[in-house]
Amino acid sequence: MTWNGETIDALRGALRRGEATSESLTTRCLERIAALNPRLNAFITVAGDRAVRAAHAADRERAAGRAVGALHGIPISLKDIVDEAGVANTAGSQLRRDTVATHDATVTARLRAAGAVVVGRTNLHEFAFGTTSEDSGFGACRNPVDDTRVAGGSSGGSAVAVRTGMSIASVGTDTGGSVRIPAACCGVVGLKPTWGEIPADGVVPLSRQLDHVGPLTRTVTDAWLLHETLAGRAPSSTARLTPRPIAGARFGLLRGFFAERLDPHVARLVDDAVERMRRAGAIVEAIDLPHAHDIAPVYLHLVLADAAALHADTLARHPGAYTPNVRIRLEMGRYVLGEDYVRALRGREVIGAAIDAALEGRDALICPTMPVPAPPLGATTVEVGSGAVEPVRTAMLRLTQPFNVGRQPAISLPCGETPDGLPVGLQLAGICGHTSALLQVALATEQLLQD
Amino acid sequence: MNEMPDAIARWLAAAESDADRRGLPELKPLLQGLAVSTRALRAGSWNDVLDQAASSRPAAAVEPS
Repeated sequence: MTWNGETIDALRGALRRGEATSESLTTRCLERIAALNPRLNAFITVAGDRAVRAAHAADRERAAGRAVGALHGIPISLKDIVDEAGVANTAGSQLRRDTVATHDATVTARLRAAGAVVVGRTNLHEFAFGTTSEDSGFGACRNPVDDTRVAGGSSGGSAVAVRTGMSIASVGTDTGGSVRIPAACCGVVGLKPTWGEIPADGVVPLSRQLDHVGPLTRTVTDAWLLHETLAGRAPSSTARLTPRPIAGARFGLLRGFFAERLDPHVARLVDDAVERMRRAGAIVEAIDLPHAHDIAPVYLHLVLADAAALHADTLARHPGAYTPNVRIRLEMGRYVLGEDYVRALRGREVIGAAIDAALEGRDALICPTMPVPAPPLGATTVEVGSGAVEPVRTAMLRLTQPFNVGRQPAISLPCGETPDGLPVGLQLAGICGHTSALLQVALATEQLLQD
Repeated sequence: MNEMPDAIARWLAAAESDADRRGLPELKPLLQGLAVSTRALRAGSWNDVLDQAASSRPAAAVEPS
Protein backbone atom coordinates (compact mmCIF):
# COMPACT_ATOMS: atom_id res chain seq x y z
CA MET A 1 0.00 0.00 0.00
CA THR A 2 3.06 2.25 -0.17
CA TRP A 3 2.44 5.34 -2.24
CA ASN A 4 5.09 7.85 -3.17
CA GLY A 5 3.00 10.54 -4.78
CA GLU A 6 3.29 9.09 -8.27
CA THR A 7 1.75 11.03 -11.11
CA ILE A 8 -0.21 9.92 -14.16
CA ASP A 9 2.81 10.85 -16.22
CA ALA A 10 5.12 8.57 -14.20
CA LEU A 11 2.64 5.72 -13.91
CA ARG A 12 1.77 5.58 -17.59
CA GLY A 13 5.50 5.09 -18.24
CA ALA A 14 5.65 2.34 -15.63
CA LEU A 15 2.61 0.65 -17.19
CA ARG A 16 4.15 0.86 -20.66
CA ARG A 17 7.39 -0.67 -19.45
CA GLY A 18 5.59 -3.46 -17.62
CA GLU A 19 6.80 -2.28 -14.21
CA ALA A 20 3.23 -1.98 -12.93
CA THR A 21 -0.22 -3.22 -13.82
CA SER A 22 -3.48 -1.36 -13.70
CA GLU A 23 -4.75 -4.01 -11.32
CA SER A 24 -1.92 -3.36 -8.86
CA LEU A 25 -2.40 0.42 -9.05
CA THR A 26 -6.16 0.13 -8.68
CA THR A 27 -5.92 -2.31 -5.79
CA ARG A 28 -3.52 0.04 -4.03
CA CYS A 29 -5.95 2.96 -4.42
CA LEU A 30 -8.80 0.83 -3.06
CA GLU A 31 -6.64 -0.19 -0.09
CA ARG A 32 -5.85 3.45 0.63
CA ILE A 33 -9.54 4.32 0.43
CA ALA A 34 -10.32 1.54 2.91
CA ALA A 35 -7.62 2.79 5.26
CA LEU A 36 -8.14 6.56 5.00
CA ASN A 37 -11.77 7.15 4.10
CA PRO A 38 -13.20 6.45 7.54
CA ARG A 39 -11.23 9.48 8.82
CA LEU A 40 -11.35 11.79 5.80
CA ASN A 41 -14.75 10.93 4.24
CA ALA A 42 -13.52 11.72 0.74
CA PHE A 43 -15.62 9.08 -1.06
CA ILE A 44 -19.38 8.61 -1.16
CA THR A 45 -19.27 5.53 -3.41
CA VAL A 46 -16.32 3.17 -3.87
CA ALA A 47 -16.25 1.11 -7.07
CA GLY A 48 -14.48 -1.89 -5.46
CA ASP A 49 -14.84 -5.02 -7.61
CA ARG A 50 -16.13 -2.98 -10.54
CA ALA A 51 -12.89 -1.00 -10.57
CA VAL A 52 -10.78 -4.14 -10.28
CA ARG A 53 -12.63 -5.70 -13.23
CA ALA A 54 -12.03 -2.54 -15.29
CA ALA A 55 -8.36 -2.65 -14.35
CA HIS A 56 -8.15 -6.32 -15.40
CA ALA A 57 -9.67 -5.39 -18.73
CA ALA A 58 -7.17 -2.54 -19.15
CA ASP A 59 -4.29 -4.93 -18.46
CA ARG A 60 -5.65 -7.44 -20.98
CA GLU A 61 -5.98 -4.73 -23.62
CA ARG A 62 -2.43 -3.61 -22.96
CA ALA A 63 -1.15 -7.17 -23.27
CA ALA A 64 -3.00 -7.44 -26.58
CA GLY A 65 -1.40 -4.23 -27.85
CA ARG A 66 -4.60 -2.20 -27.68
CA ALA A 67 -3.56 0.31 -24.97
CA VAL A 68 -3.60 3.58 -26.85
CA GLY A 69 -5.27 6.11 -24.52
CA ALA A 70 -3.33 8.64 -22.44
CA LEU A 71 -4.97 7.39 -19.24
CA HIS A 72 -4.94 3.67 -20.00
CA GLY A 73 -5.17 1.77 -16.73
CA ILE A 74 -4.86 4.88 -14.51
CA PRO A 75 -7.13 4.88 -11.40
CA ILE A 76 -9.10 8.11 -11.16
CA SER A 77 -12.11 9.36 -9.19
CA LEU A 78 -15.13 11.41 -10.19
CA LYS A 79 -16.83 14.08 -8.11
CA ASP A 80 -20.19 12.58 -7.18
CA ILE A 81 -21.99 15.04 -9.43
CA VAL A 82 -20.87 13.58 -12.79
CA ASP A 83 -23.06 10.88 -14.36
CA GLU A 84 -21.68 7.39 -14.55
CA ALA A 85 -24.08 4.87 -16.13
CA GLY A 86 -25.54 2.45 -13.61
CA VAL A 87 -24.25 4.28 -10.53
CA ALA A 88 -26.04 6.71 -8.18
CA ASN A 89 -25.16 10.36 -8.77
CA THR A 90 -25.95 11.91 -5.38
CA ALA A 91 -24.55 15.43 -5.91
CA GLY A 92 -23.74 15.17 -2.22
CA SER A 93 -27.42 15.15 -1.26
CA GLN A 94 -29.63 12.59 0.42
CA LEU A 95 -32.29 13.80 -2.01
CA ARG A 96 -30.46 11.94 -4.79
CA ARG A 97 -29.05 8.95 -2.95
CA ASP A 98 -31.04 6.59 -5.19
CA THR A 99 -30.77 8.58 -8.42
CA VAL A 100 -28.95 6.17 -10.72
CA ALA A 101 -27.58 7.60 -13.96
CA THR A 102 -28.74 5.87 -17.13
CA HIS A 103 -25.87 7.16 -19.27
CA ASP A 104 -22.30 8.31 -18.87
CA ALA A 105 -21.74 12.06 -18.97
CA THR A 106 -19.72 13.06 -22.03
CA VAL A 107 -16.69 13.62 -19.81
CA THR A 108 -17.08 10.17 -18.22
CA ALA A 109 -17.29 8.58 -21.66
CA ARG A 110 -14.15 10.43 -22.75
CA LEU A 111 -12.26 9.27 -19.67
CA ARG A 112 -13.31 5.67 -20.28
CA ALA A 113 -12.31 5.94 -23.95
CA ALA A 114 -8.87 7.12 -22.81
CA GLY A 115 -8.62 3.99 -20.65
CA ALA A 116 -9.13 5.50 -17.18
CA VAL A 117 -10.35 3.24 -14.37
CA VAL A 118 -12.90 4.88 -12.05
CA VAL A 119 -12.25 3.81 -8.44
CA GLY A 120 -15.08 5.81 -6.89
CA ARG A 121 -17.13 8.94 -6.52
CA THR A 122 -15.97 11.73 -4.25
CA ASN A 123 -17.71 13.72 -1.55
CA LEU A 124 -18.67 17.36 -2.09
CA HIS A 125 -20.54 20.29 -0.65
CA GLU A 126 -24.20 19.46 -1.29
CA PHE A 127 -25.14 20.30 -4.88
CA ALA A 128 -21.73 22.00 -5.20
CA PHE A 129 -23.23 24.99 -3.41
CA GLY A 130 -20.48 25.80 -0.92
CA THR A 131 -16.76 26.24 -0.43
CA THR A 132 -15.91 23.87 2.42
CA SER A 133 -17.42 20.39 1.72
CA GLU A 134 -18.75 20.41 5.28
CA ASP A 135 -22.42 20.60 4.28
CA SER A 136 -22.67 17.26 2.51
CA GLY A 137 -25.61 14.91 2.88
CA PHE A 138 -22.99 12.23 3.53
CA GLY A 139 -21.02 14.00 6.24
CA ALA A 140 -18.19 16.50 6.21
CA CYS A 141 -15.03 15.85 4.23
CA ARG A 142 -11.80 16.50 6.18
CA ASN A 143 -8.46 17.96 5.14
CA PRO A 144 -5.73 15.27 5.05
CA VAL A 145 -3.03 17.74 6.07
CA ASP A 146 -4.90 18.67 9.26
CA ASP A 147 -8.17 16.87 9.83
CA THR A 148 -9.48 19.66 12.05
CA ARG A 149 -9.57 21.82 8.90
CA VAL A 150 -11.89 21.87 5.91
CA ALA A 151 -10.86 20.23 2.66
CA GLY A 152 -12.22 23.16 0.66
CA GLY A 153 -15.08 22.84 -1.73
CA SER A 154 -17.09 22.09 -3.36
CA SER A 155 -14.86 19.39 -4.91
CA GLY A 156 -13.32 18.60 -1.51
CA GLY A 157 -13.32 14.82 -1.79
CA SER A 158 -11.54 15.01 -5.14
CA ALA A 159 -8.70 17.09 -3.70
CA VAL A 160 -8.37 14.78 -0.69
CA ALA A 161 -8.32 11.71 -2.93
CA VAL A 162 -5.53 13.12 -5.08
CA ARG A 163 -3.50 14.40 -2.14
CA THR A 164 -3.59 11.02 -0.38
CA GLY A 165 -3.29 8.64 -3.35
CA MET A 166 -6.82 7.30 -2.98
CA SER A 167 -6.96 8.09 -6.69
CA ILE A 168 -4.20 9.34 -8.97
CA ALA A 169 -6.34 12.15 -10.34
CA SER A 170 -9.91 13.36 -10.11
CA VAL A 171 -12.51 15.33 -12.01
CA GLY A 172 -14.39 18.13 -10.25
CA THR A 173 -16.57 21.10 -11.09
CA ASP A 174 -16.00 24.81 -10.50
CA THR A 175 -18.78 27.42 -10.39
CA GLY A 176 -17.03 30.04 -8.25
CA GLY A 177 -13.78 28.26 -7.39
CA SER A 178 -14.84 24.72 -6.51
CA VAL A 179 -11.87 23.03 -8.21
CA ARG A 180 -9.21 25.62 -7.30
CA ILE A 181 -10.29 26.21 -3.68
CA PRO A 182 -9.96 22.57 -2.54
CA ALA A 183 -6.80 22.23 -4.61
CA ALA A 184 -5.30 25.13 -2.64
CA CYS A 185 -6.57 23.80 0.70
CA CYS A 186 -5.07 20.34 0.11
CA GLY A 187 -1.89 21.23 -1.78
CA VAL A 188 -2.70 19.84 -5.23
CA VAL A 189 -3.20 21.31 -8.71
CA GLY A 190 -6.70 22.39 -9.79
CA LEU A 191 -7.65 23.66 -13.24
CA LYS A 192 -10.77 25.55 -14.28
CA PRO A 193 -10.66 25.61 -18.09
CA THR A 194 -12.19 28.31 -20.27
CA TRP A 195 -15.96 28.34 -19.84
CA GLY A 196 -17.70 26.09 -22.38
CA GLU A 197 -14.55 24.24 -23.38
CA ILE A 198 -15.51 20.99 -21.66
CA PRO A 199 -19.06 19.66 -22.01
CA ALA A 200 -21.12 19.77 -18.82
CA ASP A 201 -23.96 17.51 -19.98
CA GLY A 202 -24.57 14.75 -17.47
CA VAL A 203 -23.23 16.96 -14.68
CA VAL A 204 -25.75 18.15 -12.06
CA PRO A 205 -25.75 21.93 -12.60
CA LEU A 206 -25.55 24.75 -10.08
CA SER A 207 -25.43 27.67 -12.53
CA ARG A 208 -25.19 26.64 -16.17
CA GLN A 209 -23.56 29.94 -17.12
CA LEU A 210 -20.85 29.69 -14.45
CA ASP A 211 -20.27 25.92 -14.16
CA HIS A 212 -17.03 24.39 -15.44
CA VAL A 213 -15.71 20.82 -15.37
CA GLY A 214 -12.01 20.54 -14.52
CA PRO A 215 -9.25 18.24 -13.27
CA LEU A 216 -7.57 17.96 -9.88
CA THR A 217 -4.13 16.37 -10.07
CA ARG A 218 -0.71 16.29 -8.44
CA THR A 219 1.06 18.14 -11.27
CA VAL A 220 0.42 20.53 -14.13
CA THR A 221 1.37 17.85 -16.67
CA ASP A 222 -1.30 15.57 -15.24
CA ALA A 223 -3.83 18.40 -15.35
CA TRP A 224 -2.99 18.90 -19.02
CA LEU A 225 -3.43 15.18 -19.76
CA LEU A 226 -6.84 15.17 -18.12
CA HIS A 227 -7.82 18.48 -19.68
CA GLU A 228 -6.95 17.28 -23.17
CA THR A 229 -8.95 14.11 -22.57
CA LEU A 230 -11.97 15.93 -21.12
CA ALA A 231 -11.90 18.38 -24.03
CA GLY A 232 -12.15 15.46 -26.45
CA ARG A 233 -8.72 15.79 -27.99
CA ALA A 234 -7.65 12.25 -26.97
CA PRO A 235 -3.91 12.75 -26.50
CA SER A 236 -1.68 9.81 -27.36
CA SER A 237 -0.17 7.61 -24.67
CA THR A 238 3.18 9.38 -25.05
CA ALA A 239 1.99 12.98 -25.56
CA ARG A 240 3.77 15.60 -23.42
CA LEU A 241 3.26 19.23 -22.46
CA THR A 242 6.06 21.64 -23.32
CA PRO A 243 6.71 24.46 -20.83
CA ARG A 244 6.66 28.06 -22.02
CA PRO A 245 10.09 29.39 -20.96
CA ILE A 246 9.68 31.55 -17.86
CA ALA A 247 12.37 33.99 -19.07
CA GLY A 248 10.56 36.59 -21.13
CA ALA A 249 7.08 35.45 -20.06
CA ARG A 250 4.85 38.40 -19.15
CA PHE A 251 2.61 38.41 -16.11
CA GLY A 252 0.23 40.87 -14.51
CA LEU A 253 0.45 40.72 -10.72
CA LEU A 254 -3.01 41.65 -9.49
CA ARG A 255 -2.83 44.19 -6.68
CA GLY A 256 -5.44 46.39 -5.00
CA PHE A 257 -8.54 44.25 -4.36
CA PHE A 258 -6.52 41.05 -4.94
CA ALA A 259 -3.83 41.98 -2.41
CA GLU A 260 -6.12 43.34 0.31
CA ARG A 261 -7.06 41.34 3.36
CA LEU A 262 -4.58 38.48 2.93
CA ASP A 263 -3.33 36.16 5.63
CA PRO A 264 0.32 37.27 6.09
CA HIS A 265 1.68 33.78 5.35
CA VAL A 266 -0.31 33.62 2.11
CA ALA A 267 0.95 37.08 1.11
CA ARG A 268 4.56 36.13 1.86
CA LEU A 269 4.46 32.82 -0.04
CA VAL A 270 2.90 34.42 -3.12
CA ASP A 271 5.38 37.31 -3.00
CA ASP A 272 8.23 34.80 -2.71
CA ALA A 273 6.95 32.89 -5.75
CA VAL A 274 6.68 36.08 -7.77
CA GLU A 275 10.20 37.10 -6.77
CA ARG A 276 11.53 33.74 -7.98
CA MET A 277 9.72 34.22 -11.27
CA ARG A 278 11.27 37.66 -11.66
CA ARG A 279 14.73 36.32 -10.88
CA ALA A 280 14.21 33.67 -13.56
CA GLY A 281 13.57 36.39 -16.14
CA ALA A 282 9.80 36.74 -16.06
CA ILE A 283 8.41 40.24 -16.65
CA VAL A 284 5.96 40.83 -13.81
CA GLU A 285 4.04 44.10 -13.71
CA ALA A 286 1.76 45.07 -10.84
CA ILE A 287 -1.70 46.00 -12.10
CA ASP A 288 -5.10 46.98 -10.73
CA LEU A 289 -8.16 45.40 -12.27
CA PRO A 290 -10.99 47.87 -12.95
CA HIS A 291 -14.32 47.00 -11.28
CA ALA A 292 -12.68 44.35 -9.07
CA HIS A 293 -14.68 45.38 -6.01
CA ASP A 294 -17.91 44.86 -7.95
CA ILE A 295 -17.25 41.24 -8.89
CA ALA A 296 -18.70 39.58 -5.77
CA PRO A 297 -22.15 41.22 -6.06
CA VAL A 298 -22.33 40.27 -9.73
CA TYR A 299 -21.38 36.66 -8.97
CA LEU A 300 -23.76 36.41 -6.01
CA HIS A 301 -26.82 37.58 -7.91
CA LEU A 302 -26.10 35.23 -10.81
CA VAL A 303 -25.40 32.10 -8.80
CA LEU A 304 -28.20 32.60 -6.28
CA ALA A 305 -30.87 33.12 -8.91
CA ASP A 306 -29.60 30.34 -11.17
CA ALA A 307 -29.41 27.84 -8.30
CA ALA A 308 -32.83 28.85 -6.97
CA ALA A 309 -34.36 28.34 -10.41
CA LEU A 310 -32.81 24.89 -10.76
CA HIS A 311 -33.95 23.82 -7.28
CA ALA A 312 -37.31 25.61 -7.08
CA ASP A 313 -39.46 22.54 -7.54
CA THR A 314 -37.47 20.25 -5.22
CA LEU A 315 -37.10 22.99 -2.64
CA ALA A 316 -40.86 23.45 -2.54
CA ARG A 317 -41.57 19.73 -2.18
CA HIS A 318 -38.69 18.54 0.05
CA PRO A 319 -37.18 21.51 1.89
CA GLY A 320 -36.18 19.44 4.89
CA ALA A 321 -34.18 16.99 2.82
CA TYR A 322 -31.43 19.52 2.09
CA THR A 323 -28.65 20.20 4.56
CA PRO A 324 -29.76 23.27 6.55
CA ASN A 325 -27.13 25.71 5.29
CA VAL A 326 -27.60 24.78 1.64
CA ARG A 327 -31.37 24.95 1.97
CA ILE A 328 -31.28 28.43 3.44
CA ARG A 329 -28.92 29.70 0.73
CA LEU A 330 -31.22 28.31 -1.95
CA GLU A 331 -34.15 30.02 -0.24
CA MET A 332 -32.21 33.29 -0.35
CA GLY A 333 -31.94 32.94 -4.14
CA ARG A 334 -35.69 33.10 -4.46
CA TYR A 335 -35.57 36.75 -3.35
CA VAL A 336 -33.24 38.04 -6.07
CA LEU A 337 -35.15 40.54 -8.19
CA GLY A 338 -35.27 40.12 -11.94
CA GLU A 339 -33.94 43.64 -12.48
CA ASP A 340 -30.86 42.84 -10.38
CA TYR A 341 -30.26 39.61 -12.25
CA VAL A 342 -30.22 41.62 -15.48
CA ARG A 343 -27.84 44.14 -13.91
CA ALA A 344 -25.55 41.26 -12.94
CA LEU A 345 -25.65 39.84 -16.47
CA ARG A 346 -24.62 43.23 -17.84
CA GLY A 347 -21.95 43.64 -15.17
CA ARG A 348 -20.55 40.26 -16.05
CA GLU A 349 -19.77 41.43 -19.58
CA VAL A 350 -17.98 44.57 -18.34
CA ILE A 351 -15.92 42.61 -15.81
CA GLY A 352 -15.07 39.91 -18.33
CA ALA A 353 -13.89 42.54 -20.78
CA ALA A 354 -11.77 44.20 -18.07
CA ILE A 355 -10.03 40.90 -17.30
CA ASP A 356 -9.52 40.23 -21.01
CA ALA A 357 -7.98 43.71 -21.36
CA ALA A 358 -5.64 43.07 -18.41
CA LEU A 359 -4.42 39.94 -20.20
CA GLU A 360 -3.58 41.72 -23.46
CA GLY A 361 0.13 41.28 -24.16
CA ARG A 362 0.50 39.00 -21.15
CA ASP A 363 0.73 35.26 -20.64
CA ALA A 364 -1.19 35.23 -17.35
CA LEU A 365 -2.43 37.15 -14.34
CA ILE A 366 -1.16 36.19 -10.88
CA CYS A 367 -2.85 36.28 -7.48
CA PRO A 368 -3.33 33.95 -4.51
CA THR A 369 -5.96 31.26 -4.99
CA MET A 370 -7.39 32.01 -1.54
CA PRO A 371 -6.64 34.85 0.89
CA VAL A 372 -6.31 32.33 3.74
CA PRO A 373 -5.21 28.72 4.25
CA ALA A 374 -7.87 26.04 4.91
CA PRO A 375 -10.15 27.31 7.71
CA PRO A 376 -11.03 25.16 10.75
CA LEU A 377 -14.07 22.90 10.44
CA GLY A 378 -17.15 24.67 11.77
CA ALA A 379 -15.74 28.18 11.44
CA THR A 380 -18.16 30.81 10.13
CA THR A 381 -15.61 33.63 9.97
CA VAL A 382 -11.88 33.72 9.34
CA GLU A 383 -9.09 36.22 10.03
CA VAL A 384 -7.86 37.75 6.80
CA GLY A 385 -4.88 39.73 8.02
CA SER A 386 -4.33 42.72 10.31
CA GLY A 387 -7.04 41.46 12.64
CA ALA A 388 -9.81 41.82 10.04
CA VAL A 389 -12.49 39.13 10.00
CA GLU A 390 -14.56 37.97 7.02
CA PRO A 391 -17.22 35.28 6.52
CA VAL A 392 -15.56 32.03 5.47
CA ARG A 393 -17.54 31.68 2.26
CA THR A 394 -16.87 35.27 1.18
CA ALA A 395 -13.15 34.94 1.85
CA MET A 396 -12.73 31.59 0.13
CA LEU A 397 -14.51 32.71 -3.05
CA ARG A 398 -13.07 36.21 -3.24
CA LEU A 399 -10.10 35.54 -5.54
CA THR A 400 -11.43 32.66 -7.63
CA GLN A 401 -14.90 33.88 -8.63
CA PRO A 402 -13.56 36.70 -10.88
CA PHE A 403 -12.54 34.13 -13.48
CA ASN A 404 -15.90 32.35 -13.38
CA VAL A 405 -17.58 35.68 -13.98
CA GLY A 406 -15.05 36.49 -16.72
CA ARG A 407 -14.92 32.93 -18.19
CA GLN A 408 -11.08 32.89 -18.33
CA PRO A 409 -9.11 29.68 -17.60
CA ALA A 410 -7.41 29.65 -14.19
CA ILE A 411 -5.21 27.19 -12.34
CA SER A 412 -4.14 26.80 -8.72
CA LEU A 413 -0.62 25.51 -8.03
CA PRO A 414 0.88 24.70 -4.63
CA CYS A 415 3.39 27.43 -3.72
CA GLY A 416 4.42 26.45 -0.20
CA GLU A 417 3.10 25.92 3.29
CA THR A 418 2.39 28.08 6.30
CA PRO A 419 4.44 27.48 9.49
CA ASP A 420 1.58 25.16 10.56
CA GLY A 421 2.10 23.08 7.42
CA LEU A 422 -1.07 24.26 5.67
CA PRO A 423 -0.80 24.43 1.88
CA VAL A 424 -1.11 27.72 0.00
CA GLY A 425 -2.13 28.06 -3.65
CA LEU A 426 -0.83 30.39 -6.34
CA GLN A 427 -3.41 31.20 -9.01
CA LEU A 428 -2.61 31.93 -12.65
CA ALA A 429 -5.38 33.08 -14.99
CA GLY A 430 -5.01 33.00 -18.77
CA ILE A 431 -6.67 34.11 -21.96
CA CYS A 432 -10.11 32.78 -22.89
CA GLY A 433 -9.83 29.91 -25.35
CA HIS A 434 -6.13 29.40 -24.61
CA THR A 435 -6.17 26.99 -21.68
CA SER A 436 -3.28 24.98 -23.12
CA ALA A 437 -1.12 28.11 -23.26
CA LEU A 438 -1.97 28.77 -19.60
CA LEU A 439 -0.92 25.21 -18.78
CA GLN A 440 2.41 25.73 -20.58
CA VAL A 441 3.22 28.77 -18.45
CA ALA A 442 1.90 27.00 -15.36
CA LEU A 443 4.24 24.09 -16.05
CA ALA A 444 7.21 26.45 -16.22
CA THR A 445 6.08 28.10 -12.98
CA GLU A 446 5.67 24.74 -11.28
CA GLN A 447 9.16 23.66 -12.32
CA LEU A 448 10.59 26.92 -10.99
CA LEU A 449 8.80 26.61 -7.64
CA GLN A 450 9.89 22.99 -7.21
CA ASP A 451 13.60 23.72 -7.83
CA MET B 1 -28.43 49.66 6.61
CA ASN B 2 -29.67 53.22 7.28
CA GLU B 3 -27.97 54.46 4.13
CA MET B 4 -29.72 51.91 1.98
CA PRO B 5 -31.71 53.38 -0.90
CA ASP B 6 -35.43 53.40 -0.21
CA ALA B 7 -36.23 50.84 -2.88
CA ILE B 8 -33.83 48.29 -1.41
CA ALA B 9 -34.95 49.03 2.13
CA ARG B 10 -38.56 48.42 1.09
CA TRP B 11 -37.59 45.22 -0.70
CA LEU B 12 -35.71 44.01 2.39
CA ALA B 13 -38.62 44.77 4.73
CA ALA B 14 -40.97 42.83 2.47
CA ALA B 15 -38.54 39.93 2.12
CA GLU B 16 -37.99 39.69 5.89
CA SER B 17 -41.70 39.78 6.47
CA ASP B 18 -42.15 36.99 3.94
CA ALA B 19 -39.41 34.93 5.64
CA ASP B 20 -41.25 35.31 8.95
CA ARG B 21 -44.54 34.35 7.34
CA ARG B 22 -42.89 31.22 5.90
CA GLY B 23 -41.40 30.29 9.26
CA LEU B 24 -37.82 30.93 8.12
CA PRO B 25 -36.46 33.55 10.55
CA GLU B 26 -32.94 32.17 10.01
CA LEU B 27 -33.18 33.54 6.47
CA LYS B 28 -33.31 37.15 7.66
CA PRO B 29 -29.56 37.68 8.26
CA LEU B 30 -28.86 36.29 4.78
CA LEU B 31 -31.44 38.63 3.27
CA GLN B 32 -29.76 41.54 5.03
CA GLY B 33 -26.46 40.44 3.46
CA LEU B 34 -28.14 40.13 0.07
CA ALA B 35 -29.50 43.67 0.46
CA VAL B 36 -25.98 44.98 1.06
CA SER B 37 -24.79 43.10 -2.03
CA THR B 38 -27.70 44.42 -4.09
CA ARG B 39 -26.88 47.95 -3.06
CA ALA B 40 -23.29 47.35 -4.19
CA LEU B 41 -24.51 45.81 -7.45
CA ARG B 42 -26.66 48.83 -8.25
CA ALA B 43 -23.87 51.26 -7.31
CA GLY B 44 -21.18 49.27 -9.16
CA SER B 45 -18.58 51.22 -11.09
CA TRP B 46 -19.38 49.19 -14.20
CA ASN B 47 -22.80 50.83 -14.40
CA ASP B 48 -21.01 53.99 -15.53
CA VAL B 49 -19.31 52.04 -18.31
CA LEU B 50 -22.64 50.72 -19.49
CA ASP B 51 -24.25 54.16 -19.28
CA GLN B 52 -21.44 55.66 -21.36
CA ALA B 53 -21.71 52.87 -23.89
CA ALA B 54 -25.45 53.37 -24.16
CA SER B 55 -25.19 57.14 -24.53
CA SER B 56 -22.59 56.79 -27.28
CA ARG B 57 -24.98 54.77 -29.44
CA PRO B 58 -27.58 56.29 -31.77
CA ALA B 59 -30.71 57.29 -29.90
CA ALA B 60 -32.76 54.80 -31.86
CA ALA B 61 -30.76 52.00 -30.27
CA VAL B 62 -31.74 52.92 -26.73
CA GLU B 63 -35.18 54.48 -27.09
CA PRO B 64 -38.37 52.65 -27.85
CA SER B 65 -39.55 53.11 -31.40
